[in-house]
Amino acid sequence: MSVLTPQAGTQAIYRVNPVAKLGATAIISIALVLSIDWVSAAVALAFESVLFLFAGLSLRRFALRTLPVTIAAFFSAVTILLYGEPSGQSYLRLLLINVSDGSIELAIATLLRVLAIGLPAVVLFVTVDPTDLADGLAQVLHLPSRFVLGALGGLRLVGLFIDDWKSLELARRARGIADRGRLRRFAGQAFALLVLSIRRGSKLATAMEARGFGGSNRRSWARESRFGAAEVALLLIGVVVAAVSVTVSVATGSWNFIVGG
Amino acid sequence: MTAPPLTPPEGTAAPTRAAAFGRAPVSASGGSAGGASVELTGWGWRHATRSAWALRGLDLRIEPGERVLLLGASGAGKSTLVHALAGVLGGPDEGDSEGRLLIDGAEPESARGRAGLVLQDPDSQVVLARVGDDVAFGCENLGLPRDEIWRRVAGALDAVGLNVPLRHPTSELSGGQKQRLALAGVLAMRPGLLLLDEPTANLDPDGVVEVRDAVARVLSGSDATLIVIEHRVDVWWKLVDRVIVLAPGGGVLADGRPDDLLGREGAALAASGVWVPGHAPEPPGRTGFSGPELVRTEGLAVGRRPGVVLRSGIELRIDAGRCLAITGPNGTGKSTTGLTLAGLIRPAAGEVDASGIADGLAAAPFSWKSRELVTRIGTVFQDPEHQFVTGTVRDELAVGALAIGLDAAETARRIDPLLERLRLGGLANANPFTLSGGEKRRLSVATVLVTRPRLLVLDEPTFGQDARTWRELVAFLAELLDAGSGVVAVTHDTRLVDVLADDELRLEAHS
Repeated sequence: MSVLTPQAGTQAIYRVNPVAKLGATAIISIALVLSIDWVSAAVALAFESVLFLFAGLSLRRFALRTLPVTIAAFFSAVTILLYGEPSGQSYLRLLLINVSDGSIELAIATLLRVLAIGLPAVVLFVTVDPTDLADGLAQVLHLPSRFVLGALGGLRLVGLFIDDWKSLELARRARGIADRGRLRRFAGQAFALLVLSIRRGSKLATAMEARGFGGSNRRSWARESRFGAAEVALLLIGVVVAAVSVTVSVATGSWNFIVGG
Repeated sequence: MTAPPLTPPEGTAAPTRAAAFGRAPVSASGGSAGGASVELTGWGWRHATRSAWALRGLDLRIEPGERVLLLGASGAGKSTLVHALAGVLGGPDEGDSEGRLLIDGAEPESARGRAGLVLQDPDSQVVLARVGDDVAFGCENLGLPRDEIWRRVAGALDAVGLNVPLRHPTSELSGGQKQRLALAGVLAMRPGLLLLDEPTANLDPDGVVEVRDAVARVLSGSDATLIVIEHRVDVWWKLVDRVIVLAPGGGVLADGRPDDLLGREGAALAASGVWVPGHAPEPPGRTGFSGPELVRTEGLAVGRRPGVVLRSGIELRIDAGRCLAITGPNGTGKSTTGLTLAGLIRPAAGEVDASGIADGLAAAPFSWKSRELVTRIGTVFQDPEHQFVTGTVRDELAVGALAIGLDAAETARRIDPLLERLRLGGLANANPFTLSGGEKRRLSVATVLVTRPRLLVLDEPTFGQDARTWRELVAFLAELLDAGSGVVAVTHDTRLVDVLADDELRLEAHS
């Protein structure tokens, strides 16, 4: 999801209502955070790998967009490997580090789990256009339009904030105060950006109000947010992935409830 | 490209009301349910945080279909009035009002959609990411049926001449296009009263003409009432049939037909800061002093991001006592060139050789420390707010002095004359962010002079300034040049180039 330019693509997934993508992601996530075994995560990940073929992404773009999740998964796995609760045979001991059978298993489970939850979320949201999401939230989920459209309008300002930040940085060098006190300067710059952004925000609010936003009229919608067969299908896929993962995990005796576990 | 004339000799370039583009009037979008009337009786408004009234005792009647140019010194409450008519001043939390202000006999808040407002800043008015959606936004708020909305969107985009696909990203529009987009968004609501609050103040000369022509074209097919605020009178002169000048203390200073009013009040208006045709500010005298070379470039290429070159092959030199203007359309790397000369951005290739002012440092200004830079090159940014770092005008001026370790006595010796010279004396304890546009600009110039740099780099120093501030700035820069400073001005302002520039580097758009 890019905040500045609209998302567009030819594949079917671009036309699926973002609310359904949100729902499918939520269903899988909720099922997977209940346990920390490796079986449920592995089954979910296997399913998802097949589904990613229809995600509307080239391999390169897939790798690029999911890189943060991949890195996060790797580092959390390494952390668990070194410091996770030890059990079984121990292979390496150094200060607080203890690599054991237990921590190895836990590390694999963590790696798979972060990927199984993170990848579909990223992949589905790459093809989400913020405007379509807002339409869905307001028309399908009936969230207050004032809130949804206010947030959507605010996205327009993100690009300006980035430019502002760069100018603030250059200006501080030009004023002779960029040699020392990096931390203090950063704080000052952040505050200046805050002031500028509040000002820009209130200007945008005025512009929106001037076009009748927030009035007493009942609002209509220029774009219809549909929730039809494709959306239901995506939700069902989410349910199937979640259900099969949990079932296999329970059947093989690996399921362990994270709460009270 | 040559800049379109903004001060046409009588009867040229400005489009006529009848047909701005020689096309048939567009009634599908501009045409509304008739022009709205405006009536004010003893009206006044005071912001909640201020003790003085922004406007008071205003009696005014504007008939349906009148085209009004609203003038007045800065601080006379022009924007406040227009915001009130648009119904966006806010309720009692925002301030107090007195008297009556009616559109078609009703309160503006209850006549939503009757008045449409276009504001000054192109970037802060874009609500949605796609052009079509953005135009539709106002219609949605009015609760119109879907097919009616899209009919109106197409009509409004056509009326303002914005011929891009409905899905075109709004972030890729130029300033002039964004303002026309804002205009289309308002038109689609079919207002009886069109309110324009300095819609061209932030635009380059092309953008100004673009927007002015779009408005002309829209009005030619509509009987909507127009109220436009703008201190560059010549832009709108041919389009309006009435000029109202607000008095700073409250009430109306002058009111009449454009040509009558210009004859009677032209000189007084010009003195108060309005750009009046035939009353152009006097160019300052220069001694013609010219000194040694300060900075030169060799094979300079500039860019903001590593690997992205905006402009290459820049060869120039700046001598003491001479002013170099960098001009050209938006997006050609003017500002980036200026900031690179100023030692703020690393050259993408080639070099900036500032050995003329280096005083023992390496020749490349980008290698200098921040506090070494301030005594050699002073940079004034396009947006003064980007460079303010303290809470009072006096502290702001002391920043540079502090950075190079001047004592309090010397700092005061340098600051006090600048405060006086740039009319900031009474504002020494004011917060820089609360100053008016002209005051902010004067302060931002003053702050860089405290450390006495030999070279000044100014990014759009006269952008959006009224005629009075313009005059003062130009006179001040002329003095600095005569005293031996070098000046680089990145600018769209053809007047500034005419009056001040000794050399011009024109960056053309890539073909």
